[in-house]
Amino acid sequence: MGARRLLALGGIGLILVGMLVGDIFAVFVLHQNAAKVGASLTAAAHAAVAGDSKAVLASFQATGGFLENRGTKVDTHVHMIAFGYLALMLAILQPWIALGENAKKKLALIFLLGAGLLPVGVFLIHYAGLAYSPLESIGWASIAADFGGLLVIVVTLGYLLGLANRVQQKNNHALQDDLLEDRSTAGRTLLAGGLALVLLGFVHGSYYAVADLYKQEALDFSLLSEMSSGAAANDAGTVDSALGQYAQLGGDKAVKIAAHAHAIEFGLLAILLSFFQPYVRLQEAWKRRWAWVLLFGSLLLPVCVLLELNFGLLAGGMADAGGLLVIIALLAMWIGMVRYTGEIDTAAQTSEGTR
Amino acid sequence: MLGARKLLILGGITLALLGMGYGMWYAIFLEHRELGNIGGTLAAGFTAAAERNPVAAQAALKQYSELKYRYDRHVDVHGHWIGLAMLLILLGIAYDRVEFSERIKMFLATGLLIGSLLFPLGVLFQTFSHDAGPRGLAVMGSALVIASLGGMTLGFARERRRS
Repeated sequence: MGARRLLALGGIGLILVGMLVGDIFAVFVLHQNAAKVGASLTAAAHAAVAGDSKAVLASFQATGGFLENRGTKVDTHVHMIAFGYLALMLAILQPWIALGENAKKKLALIFLLGAGLLPVGVFLIHYAGLAYSPLESIGWASIAADFGGLLVIVVTLGYLLGLANRVQQKNNHALQDDLLEDRSTAGRTLLAGGLALVLLGFVHGSYYAVADLYKQEALDFSLLSEMSSGAAANDAGTVDSALGQYAQLGGDKAVKIAAHAHAIEFGLLAILLSFFQPYVRLQEAWKRRWAWVLLFGSLLLPVCVLLELNFGLLAGGMADAGGLLVIIALLAMWIGMVRYTGEIDTAAQTSEGTR
Repeated sequence: MLGARKLLILGGITLALLGMGYGMWYAIFLEHRELGNIGGTLAAGFTAAAERNPVAAQAALKQYSELKYRYDRHVDVHGHWIGLAMLLILLGIAYDRVEFSERIKMFLATGLLIGSLLFPLGVLFQTFSHDAGPRGLAVMGSALVIASLGGMTLGFARERRRS
């Protein structure tokens, strides 16, 4: 298998695993953890009302632990998907990289190793801590994660060097690339739909920045002030009211930022996948269907995430269904690519055997 | 003369390096200290409230709010520069599919590149000043990104199926 197909299959695989991991974390860990963080803030505010400054500090220390647990899981999910995107982009750029096929393949393998190692290391940070670590403040899991990141950086720099080599070559003629020449309906649908999603995400993000961001930041400060002044005045009612509004504010912020980010990320994914449609060995009609399923899921998720504040669990469930549609469509495309890869490799082996 | 496609790809790579370099610099020299200060000031605010000292509590929370404001923007700058860089590279790869004249394509590519540079830069300047200037720069940059991207989407939509 060549470097390009290795990176394409590995990239989509990373995105798939990252999305599944994100879903599992969301259902079993993240929401419960967010509730614990909220409970810690409530405990700190109530301790302040009671005039118990030691309990305040203890509550904030507990929050640190919950935040680390949450942060490492979000990072695992985000890095897997981001490395998947990077792998797909590097796959597209392969013909422009002036390195031998063997070197490109080795770099692709090292990239996938690093891209797998970093998220696994990050995930383990919360559990491994500093056990058996030779360093004072960095544990083995962090060291493994950093090493994975280093491998990814080295490979990316290697490919960048290959790209620069090609730019400097004297016989730098325009390359014919079947992937980029493709004008199939599925590819064009994904490209147009992806661009529309990115545009939608930008427009929403800009609207959020102008209409909500500064108001939310001001409200954040005013609610915390209300909590502390209520606590100083031993007024538990004011503190509880501010805590309730603070939780609502946190939810409002989270859904708006998530909708903005997911629309753009899914848009980029659709654009990336549009280039790989010639590698998807499925019937044209099915390729078109999976393209539409991916775009529909990519739109459904951010829209329903935005509606979560008004429609609660119903909208949340529909957002999850949107995410599932994206995963299913992505899996179908990945299977199509594996079929294509199998055909090419079998043909290559047969031709070698004939010789 | 540099073509629109090359401008997008090289501009994207430059922007990605800028975003990564900035992120690395921030993570190594500032982030850990700022995160510690954010947690410390929030805890100090509530501890002061527990000690019935509302003035100290307000001062600590004000500091927390300012630190959080800066932290969010530093992270946004890093994320947006890299995200926009990726978009520039991808659009550059597919740019021959935009059905406009070279002049319009160059105009759109330049607009997108300048917008992608200015928008996070405006956000970064907000960490130094709360005035309208940096906000205006960010708004102008994002408007440029949206307008250029809208134009490109139109160009992609005009693409006819090749025989």
